[in-house]
Amino acid sequence: MTVRTAELVMAILLGLASIGLMTKSTELNITWILHRGPGAGAWPFWLSAGMLLCCLAIVIRWFLGITLESRNTELFMTRETVRIVGVSAGALLFLLSATYFIGLYLALMLFLLFYIKYIGRHNWTVTVGMTIGVPVFIFCLFEWALKIPLPKAITETWFYPLYELMY
Amino acid sequence: MGDTLNLLAGGLMEAMQPLNLGMIILGCVLGLLVGAMPGLGSVNGVAILLPITFLVPPNSAIIFLAAIYYGAMYGGAISSITLGIPGASTAVATVFDGRPLALAGKADKALTAAAMASFIGGTIAVVLFTLFAPPLAEFALRFGPPEEFTLMLLAFATFIGLGGDDIPKTIFSILIGLVLASIGLDIITGAPRLIFGDITGFMHGINFLVLAIGIYGIGEMLWTLEQTKGKVEVHNVKLSMKSIFKHIKDVKEYFGTATMGSVLGYFVGTLPAAGATPAALMSYGLAKTFSKEPDSFGKGNISGVAAPEAANNAASTGSMLPMLTLGIPGSPTTAILLGGMIIWGLRPGPLLFSEHPEFVWGLIGSLYIANLMALIINLVFIPFFVKILTLPFTILAPTIYILCVVGGYAPTQTMHDVWLMFLFGIVGYLMRKLDYPVAPAVLAIVLGPLAESSLRQSLLASQGNPMIFLERPITLTCILIALALVMMPTVQKMFRKYKRKAKQTEDS
Repeated sequence: MTVRTAELVMAILLGLASIGLMTKSTELNITWILHRGPGAGAWPFWLSAGMLLCCLAIVIRWFLGITLESRNTELFMTRETVRIVGVSAGALLFLLSATYFIGLYLALMLFLLFYIKYIGRHNWTVTVGMTIGVPVFIFCLFEWALKIPLPKAITETWFYPLYELMY
Repeated sequence: MGDTLNLLAGGLMEAMQPLNLGMIILGCVLGLLVGAMPGLGSVNGVAILLPITFLVPPNSAIIFLAAIYYGAMYGGAISSITLGIPGASTAVATVFDGRPLALAGKADKALTAAAMASFIGGTIAVVLFTLFAPPLAEFALRFGPPEEFTLMLLAFATFIGLGGDDIPKTIFSILIGLVLASIGLDIITGAPRLIFGDITGFMHGINFLVLAIGIYGIGEMLWTLEQTKGKVEVHNVKLSMKSIFKHIKDVKEYFGTATMGSVLGYFVGTLPAAGATPAALMSYGLAKTFSKEPDSFGKGNISGVAAPEAANNAASTGSMLPMLTLGIPGSPTTAILLGGMIIWGLRPGPLLFSEHPEFVWGLIGSLYIANLMALIINLVFIPFFVKILTLPFTILAPTIYILCVVGGYAPTQTMHDVWLMFLFGIVGYLMRKLDYPVAPAVLAIVLGPLAESSLRQSLLASQGNPMIFLERPITLTCILIALALVMMPTVQKMFRKYKRKAKQTEDS
């Protein structure tokens, strides 16, 4: 896809999202209530209407070739960009999804292992150091110091001895 | 004046408390690190690290975040000079002369000049801040909801008029930020709004941090990875502590330029859309115009390093002025600071000065100390920071991602917010690739609830009559300036067209 096509696709998608937001806002009162001003849905409705107008303006400017993007026929995402950005986004997607099943800490370790060893090709000392060090640091900072429990899913029971030490 | 000095003395004492002093030093070190990393700037550091500030009381938390802001302004120059890649957008102009100096083997001279100019900029700006803040806050005490609303309108208008980005895209960015802020329970009627798919996670609204970390953490990291392809190299840098200290006395070569840049930077910084990056570029331009050797700029003139560095530091302090006195942030970083203050239960604005003077003056006092600390830490640890820059992205990127995920989870403790943050990160990255400005959206999500409540309160007070915004002198002035700002790009375009046409007729 070229930058030019991407510009149009993005404007259309954002325009559709604006219509969705406008429709959703109509579930509440979007009219002017006498002596009180706008209803609860009016603020998001008119803001979304403004968003839609902006998208229309972007599409019109695209047809007229006013913006740099609308004249740019280079690739929007080169193969290398897709690889480097896609791997990061994919790894993050895995991290978030895996948290529901194996808990955040195990997911973090797998994420780090993949990133540091597979992508970074660092030696095992760095890999193991980071894979263990970062989750330990996160645990100490968030669970211990800030008292914010992070999701652990099936690994919850593994932490019981630590909880006993902490509380 | 005597009152101000007394309050300032109290603020300095507050900032010297052991915990606060520790926060200043830690903040400066982290800020320098974040600022020095290519692609990451103060806004990223503040967004990613805000969740961990719940460890300490609000006074110390804001001092910590302000020190990061400060440190990052110093740090940006390090990678601009040694890598030739701006550490943050605010240090773009520093590359112009910093890199030629580094290539000529004078990196130490350039780094010292950047640190000294930053110190001059910071010092002048913080003095100006101390002088301007109390009277402005006192003036702003007269503001009611209509004034507050039009002031926010003015802040948004500056993005359109001065932001320099595509206008429909800028307006879209502002509006989407405001819509995102309106999700959750309606502030006046309590009715649930925009609860998509009846997902309960939307009931508590979208925390501004979710958007800020998504855009400035995940989105920015993806952007940086794309730009650098994960590879950075330090060029030709020979550094020693001795040579750095030797160059301190060179300050007389650029003192005047730095002073001029500082004053300019401070005032540009107070404007919401302008901030440190344009301030630095303008200061560079000004230094070149007034220089006796304008041709040497871009080839390694030391004033070309000092001018933007003084301005970006001064602008960072300048941007805190409207945030603290009016509750309108002067930059994306201060927008996040403002959001943080709301989380801590403080309402930024004129009342803050009378209700929480210890907070305000502690922060102002800390700016004086942070400025000095950042200079010392910077000068002493420059060789160390340069080494850190060689840290591979495959170590840095996963660490930042993890901090984002955990930081996004911490405020509300729901995975719903983490997914939203991920979504904002990806969409933000794609939008940025198409030149949609993201800063207005962050500013808008922070100001959204205040903007809506002040609009509806005003209309309730006037029984639904919108003329209330035109009948009061301050609101009318704000609206007129806002209109002028919105019209400015179009008028400028027409003017350029007219000039071109006139030239063509003259030529023929």
